[in-house]
Amino acid sequence: MTGVAGRRRAGLHPIAWWVWALGLLAAATRTTDPLLLALILAVLAFAVAARRTAAPWARAFRYYLILALSVIGLRVLFRAVFATGAAAGDHILFTLPRLQAPQWYSGIGLGGPVPLEGLLSAAFAGLQLATLLCCIGAANVLANPRRALRVLPGALYELGVAVVVALNMAPQLIESVQRVRRARRLRAGRARGLRRLRAIAVPVLEDAFDRSLQLAAGMDSRGYGRTAGAPRAARRIVAGLLLAGMCGLCIGLYGLLDTGAPRLLGLPAILAGALLCCLGLAGGGRRVRRSTYRPDIWGVRESVVAAGGVLCAAIMFAHLGYDPAALTPSVRPLEWPALPVLPAAGILLAALAALAAPVPLPATRMRGGVARLASTAQVST
Amino acid sequence: MIEFDRVSVTYPDAAKPVLHDVDLRIDEGELCLVVGRTGAGKSSLLGAINGLVPHFTGGALTGEVRVAGRSTAQYPPRELADVVGVVGQDPLAGFVTDTVEEELAFGMEQLALPPAVMRKRVEETLDLLGLAELRDCALRDLSGGQQQRVAIGAVLTAHPRVLVLDEPTSALDPAAAEDVLAAITRLVHDLGLTVVLAEHRLERVVQYADRVITLAGDGTVADGLPGPMFEHAPVAPPVVQLGRLARWRPLPLAVRDARRRAASLRETIAPLAVPALRRDAGGPRRPVLRARAIAVRYGELVAVAGVGLELHAGEVTALMGRNGSGKSSLLWALQGSGPRAAGRVEVRGSDPQRLAPAAARALVGLVPQTPADLLYLDTVRAELEQADRESAAAPGPNARALLDRLCPGVVDDIHPRDLSEGQRLCLVLAVQLRATPQVLLLDEPTRGLDYPAKRALIRIVDDLAADGRAVLISTHDVEFVAAAADRVVVLADGEIVADGPTAEVVVASPAFAPQTAKILAPLPYLTVDQVAAALAGGAP
Repeated sequence: MTGVAGRRRAGLHPIAWWVWALGLLAAATRTTDPLLLALILAVLAFAVAARRTAAPWARAFRYYLILALSVIGLRVLFRAVFATGAAAGDHILFTLPRLQAPQWYSGIGLGGPVPLEGLLSAAFAGLQLATLLCCIGAANVLANPRRALRVLPGALYELGVAVVVALNMAPQLIESVQRVRRARRLRAGRARGLRRLRAIAVPVLEDAFDRSLQLAAGMDSRGYGRTAGAPRAARRIVAGLLLAGMCGLCIGLYGLLDTGAPRLLGLPAILAGALLCCLGLAGGGRRVRRSTYRPDIWGVRESVVAAGGVLCAAIMFAHLGYDPAALTPSVRPLEWPALPVLPAAGILLAALAALAAPVPLPATRMRGGVARLASTAQVST
Repeated sequence: MIEFDRVSVTYPDAAKPVLHDVDLRIDEGELCLVVGRTGAGKSSLLGAINGLVPHFTGGALTGEVRVAGRSTAQYPPRELADVVGVVGQDPLAGFVTDTVEEELAFGMEQLALPPAVMRKRVEETLDLLGLAELRDCALRDLSGGQQQRVAIGAVLTAHPRVLVLDEPTSALDPAAAEDVLAAITRLVHDLGLTVVLAEHRLERVVQYADRVITLAGDGTVADGLPGPMFEHAPVAPPVVQLGRLARWRPLPLAVRDARRRAASLRETIAPLAVPALRRDAGGPRRPVLRARAIAVRYGELVAVAGVGLELHAGEVTALMGRNGSGKSSLLWALQGSGPRAAGRVEVRGSDPQRLAPAAARALVGLVPQTPADLLYLDTVRAELEQADRESAAAPGPNARALLDRLCPGVVDDIHPRDLSEGQRLCLVLAVQLRATPQVLLLDEPTRGLDYPAKRALIRIVDDLAADGRAVLISTHDVEFVAAAADRVVVLADGEIVADGPTAEVVVASPAFAPQTAKILAPLPYLTVDQVAAALAGGAP
């Protein structure tokens, strides 16, 4: 099974999209320049518009955008409401009435003068966070989440299937809620509040439990969870390795972030933790014996797309060929943000790389049973 | 291939075992039909074959079940996946992935087969079951028959030697059921697969069986060749009932065999007066529901396209048509709770869609496809009292009295989920009848009912009509229609393609003709009861 025959007809390797998006994400963490961030957002939107499929999960990008906008809005609002004071020479936009906090809660004051500089820096920070969110969103939209889960290491396979099952159950649950709500009208229940909730929740949950049991029985009979007969001791060792590894990672992260911590807690602990985790995953993977049908293949297109993201991040981290200060525009004094040429070119390069991904095939949808469509249709009341 | 050695199964909290001291041998390459009433232990017997009973369901199993030499005591279901494939009643509930191709591969991935083997088997299975064009389709978008074939294909790719099917066609229309059964028989003949099959709708499968296992209901099991076994089986399809009535030996199981034997019977009853199929409602037909140009659309899809329909007091109408022909949509639109794009409905001078839900249900009652959607309280008594409160303004007997008339012997303190399908249907029917609607709509009430339960439903429907109500029943079950309906309306692609008295509509179509009509044609008999009445009346 090599070459074209084994390759899936549509779509890029999911990992390629994730590397691409994470590269842009890494780039976005290095700058608060609104022009660069806006450019990254534009590139994400462009790639999503050009290369997403017609599958339901591919229509979710707008929700990430809404979430991103609300992050910026909240950030600015909080900055305006929670007075952080204004430096001398700030441009005061307006002054909110000051609220006196009680004595024991004097750390935070409400209201006061709102400077333009403060709002702008909040907006830039919010824009950065929004861009990070959209990077994750783009990866989720571009890469089929089910296929992305297939590349999980063997030890995490069961977790992956659980997520896939949950993804399948969600639309069924919605369908079930709509069906029961419509059925409630047949009985003309006038119940309000808790009783009304109960009238919908009880049949829906019973339905969901029934389905789950049937699915579990079906998966069991189809061989899900077959083991290669690992002895109990081996399973415990694997679990212990993973646990110790996770602890190492946490301690290491703490050591890196807390500048006061001894140096030994930083990088060495992270490395040790990562090593233990890898050992655990490898050991656990041996326990699971299964194979993958038509695995995704890493080809030239995948390399190009992934390289686009990595290169973009590399330019932002290297600080070569441009002034690093340009990545963090100053708000005091206020000045128009610069658009450094090389980082901008790197981001545009990522957009070009995304074009290397194959154009998704138009969706071929079968016409299903009308009765089922009827049950999913909204109740017109 | 499958051996049961003194097997008893007892569930926790059960007074007596559901299977008692069962000894059974099923040989390789047999198509084995499991027959019994609801609750007689069919599912337990099937589940015991791959160890779901007791590994998954709980309970205690004594004795030993061996499949291909492996005992289910040592091997849990997942370790038997390469030997036994199990297909359930609702294929959608058992799907793990989201496209046809990946679903076919899932079982093989668990068995760790090499990719090249998997690829080859998927292609073979796609061809074997006629699914090649659907390979990239989302499973949810397929029709019921296609889904069931995918579910069968998904277990076949593991190359099991035994296939266990629990009511594989109960949710399907006659044509889709034929497709699935044709696929199953081909597997038996071409691949030498051993198939164990349970099915309520015996008329569909009896002719394919090599062997029959009957469950008496007290935990005991008998098995043998189909002919001798059906002489005393607790449930039997019309062809067998007719054979018993005419004392044909050996008992014919297929319509073709029966027809060759029936020459003398036809001669005997030809001169006799044909008894009326159903009691005559009497008097002029008074319409109680008038629908004009009903249309239902979901986005671009037209489910019901301009249907005009009148329902008459005291008349039972059957609504037939393949899966997806718009039956459910039409019922919901008539009741007023479902969407309706155009047209109008008139019951006692008003349109139920324009009324408040409580007023609408006093005009038209609807029992949906899953009756349990309407139930949410802990006990039967609580549900009945709630129904009385909901319809306090309506005259007539209370809900308890209605339930006792429909289905005597349902105790108060039981949880509605613990009722049988038939009892639960009666409970919902009582709740809906409490509002005293003049029109009653039933959406697929026969699903999951065995022959005795269906006979009880026919009696209930008759009583409702005798009270002067108009009843409309959507169903796939032709035998039920022949016995229960005065009139048949056939829907196709959202339009009415046939509407007339049962005898005319049903006999005119090969897909919808009941077995008795096929055997006795050209005589206008539809049910075995009719033949029995003719013979009894004609005897000196």
